[in-house]
Amino acid sequence: MKEKSQDKSQDKSQERVPGKSPGEVQGKSPGEVQAESHAKAEEGISSESTADDRGSGMKRRNFVRLVGGGVAVLGAGIFIYFRPWRALGLSKGARQAGRSLTKDYNAFLHIQQDGMISCYTGKIEMGQGIITSLPMMMADELNVPTDKIRIVMGDTELCPYDAGTWGSLTTQQFGPAMRAALAEARAVLVEMASEQLNVPADRLEVRDGVVTDTANPETGISYAELAKGKKLEKYLDVKPPVEDHTEFSYVGKAVMRTDSYEKVTGKAIYTADLRLPGMVFARILRPPSHGASLKSVDVSAAEEMQGVEVVRDGDFIAVLSENRDTVDEAIVKIDAEYTFDELDVNDRTLFDWLQNPDSAVNVLRSTGNIDQGSRASDFIFESEFHDGYCAHASIETHTALAMLEGDKLTVWAATQTPFGLQDALVREFDMPHEKVRVIVPFVGGGFGGKIAFQEGIEVARLAKLSGKPVMLEWTREEEFFYDNFHPASVIRIKSGIDKDGLIKMWDYHLYYGGTRGADAIYDVPHVRITNYSQSKKTGPVHPVLTGSWRAPNNNTNTFARESQIDMMASKAGIDPLEFRLKNLKDENMIDCLKAAADKFGYTPAKAPSGRGIGIACGFDAGTWVAVIAQVIVDRPSGRIKVERVVAAQDMGLCVNPQGAVLQMEGCVNMGLGYALREEVFFEGGKVFTNGFDNYEIPKFSWIPEIECVILDRRDKPPKGGGEPVIIAIGAIIANAVYDATGARLYRMPMSPERVLEALEKV
Amino acid sequence: MEEKLSFTLNGEKTEVLIDTSQTLLWVLRNHFGLTGAKYGCGTGFCGACTVLIDDEPFRSCMLPVADVAGKNVVTIEGVEKNGSLHPVQKAFIEHDALQCGFCTPGMILTAVALLMKNPVPTRQQIIEGMEDNLCRCGAHNRIIDAIETAALEINGGRKS
Repeated sequence: MKEKSQDKSQDKSQERVPGKSPGEVQGKSPGEVQAESHAKAEEGISSESTADDRGSGMKRRNFVRLVGGGVAVLGAGIFIYFRPWRALGLSKGARQAGRSLTKDYNAFLHIQQDGMISCYTGKIEMGQGIITSLPMMMADELNVPTDKIRIVMGDTELCPYDAGTWGSLTTQQFGPAMRAALAEARAVLVEMASEQLNVPADRLEVRDGVVTDTANPETGISYAELAKGKKLEKYLDVKPPVEDHTEFSYVGKAVMRTDSYEKVTGKAIYTADLRLPGMVFARILRPPSHGASLKSVDVSAAEEMQGVEVVRDGDFIAVLSENRDTVDEAIVKIDAEYTFDELDVNDRTLFDWLQNPDSAVNVLRSTGNIDQGSRASDFIFESEFHDGYCAHASIETHTALAMLEGDKLTVWAATQTPFGLQDALVREFDMPHEKVRVIVPFVGGGFGGKIAFQEGIEVARLAKLSGKPVMLEWTREEEFFYDNFHPASVIRIKSGIDKDGLIKMWDYHLYYGGTRGADAIYDVPHVRITNYSQSKKTGPVHPVLTGSWRAPNNNTNTFARESQIDMMASKAGIDPLEFRLKNLKDENMIDCLKAAADKFGYTPAKAPSGRGIGIACGFDAGTWVAVIAQVIVDRPSGRIKVERVVAAQDMGLCVNPQGAVLQMEGCVNMGLGYALREEVFFEGGKVFTNGFDNYEIPKFSWIPEIECVILDRRDKPPKGGGEPVIIAIGAIIANAVYDATGARLYRMPMSPERVLEALEKV
Repeated sequence: MEEKLSFTLNGEKTEVLIDTSQTLLWVLRNHFGLTGAKYGCGTGFCGACTVLIDDEPFRSCMLPVADVAGKNVVTIEGVEKNGSLHPVQKAFIEHDALQCGFCTPGMILTAVALLMKNPVPTRQQIIEGMEDNLCRCGAHNRIIDAIETAALEINGGRKS
């Protein structure tokens, strides 16, 4: 069978010149090293760029290039229509939303006359499993079975305001707020029952949604009979406590996903699966580079195509058609000319570029005195670690559907931020909040990449311009181009230990990454953490868009910190686990390390032991994690195969141990990508990485055996579970490679070429 | 150009008047309303759009619909038999072998085809057979386990 030839307009050259390698820095103070590196960066820039400084401290260059061309094939289609809200099981209704999470319990639930309870949350389901765990919390707080709960998610008209689904915060923050609200609802219902049954409230107990007289269990009244389908009127001056963990029926038990049936049958509705009468598909004219501006454009060839409408609002130009293939054919018929104003940096020069001398310098923590710490140290270690840009690469691209009905705008979008998109639409179109509704169906993966909602604004503009319902499903190429990448960064660490292997000094310098996880988690008397970020003098430093990527930058910080810890352990001649335990005071971290070691069957040995075992620990989203890996390094090819991973975490109360394990496993497997392979190639604002052929994400053959341990902390508040384990994956692999071979890796991803390079230095 | 196109879709003989240069994925989703096959990359690298054509897995994002003339096309919506889930679907549920679910239809169809060809695959053969289907959430281990379980059920409980 023939396969269609694909339009490949972008340069996909994969030839790479390796840049300056990071690594151990010897015989220099960090200050000296920094000065030298900045000098090199300056040299590199001036030799390559045309002179257009614009006073930003960063050089740019200008040039002009043409894009466009393509062959048209006409097509037509017939559509199957169904109403999205019906498909999603939603009914239209009004619910007032504030701009911070309300305490009014009525916003969280509606007791229907048939006994079903609708529970509302502004959070969305993107695979992380809160569609299963939130109803468990709801059921326990209301004392009803989970099958009586119907959860409504991510609808700005029905659900209480929520800032967004990110940061592993649903269980940590929303959960307790929701439980408090539902506890009040339950207490109000018990009071109502007390009046109606003429039984004192303290004799009443809720059993499966029926308020029951404990002295006379035959007497009771159901929530449905009490509420009669109406909003509850009463509020309590003194708020009741939430259910004690010893009383839980659901929370703490392992429950399988509740959305599996829909997802294995193809019935689960994602944004792109929605259809509206008269709906058209869109493709938007995209610039070839960040920093490109449209100079001139000719849309006539696209306009001449049958069934194609070209819409334009300034530089915002799109083609619309009822036929999805037709928009692909039409968009390449637009001839556009651009001017370019790009940063003069690429994936080879990046790490010198990031160490910009004009950066804003911010000391995040200063404990003791670094000079004093140096004097107290018998061995000093200086290293420089590099990490490049990484893409979120959810399998579902950013997708949105917009519909205007009179003065009412409804946007369905694959976003982690429904209320943020609503706010943005309100601003963009100067519309009142009640006239803008955002609904989020199932989301096909987010990982922080769908916090941004550019597609939601674009599709609404298209619906306004055309007067038609418009579906916009970004192509994979658009997805890479507009992704808010994990930021590239440089980390320099100078640290010292005494003769006994105690860490005396820790001087940490972070350039242009996020600060999550940047703190020294060990018990060190002299610590300084310095962050370097964009300033007025530097102007923009990242040439591409950057944002939150699962456990934002904690992956890089943990890679650097835990690699450095291992180097010190090795020099001290102490087993890496022992070295950590010796230098930690944090009991939770110590417990995690011991739990992981126990599950792994860890036996102590000084690295490199030849065994290929790597260990790391860290803290993320309120949760402590310790992870151990066993790897095999294929010396001829430089390929790393991760054989086994054991992860232990203390996440406080674990609401759904089954769901938590799925997230831990997902963190291990996704983490293999950033650790081993994922890297964005670019030149100025032009992103070469544009598909799964040149951005390789983890595959079945990479996958290790995974074992997870969740520490029993049911008496503690619940913490995040979606991100913590991923922070350690780069570090455990780097440390395991060192243990196997004595080769130290300072740069992620740890690609075969970089492993070979490191092996040569042993 | 609209042309008459005949093929079997999920067990039913189908005849449509359609522009046959259109992509199979878009025809399935937009003409037939079968939205189980997903757009993930449009270049055949992710497998989210996988459907079965004469029992072989194909990337529907890469095929002109004309190519299925006279053939037997099965999408995720057509995998259930007599109202009961296919053993692979059941095993995916049993093992929680999914998270966001976007790659799931393509995973299941690839696995169904794999087990038709090789009803008693080794774990390594499952890994090789599934290698080119991408999952970003990291459900891989569970997907492999689920396919092993489905193989057992298909073979009447025999150990592979």
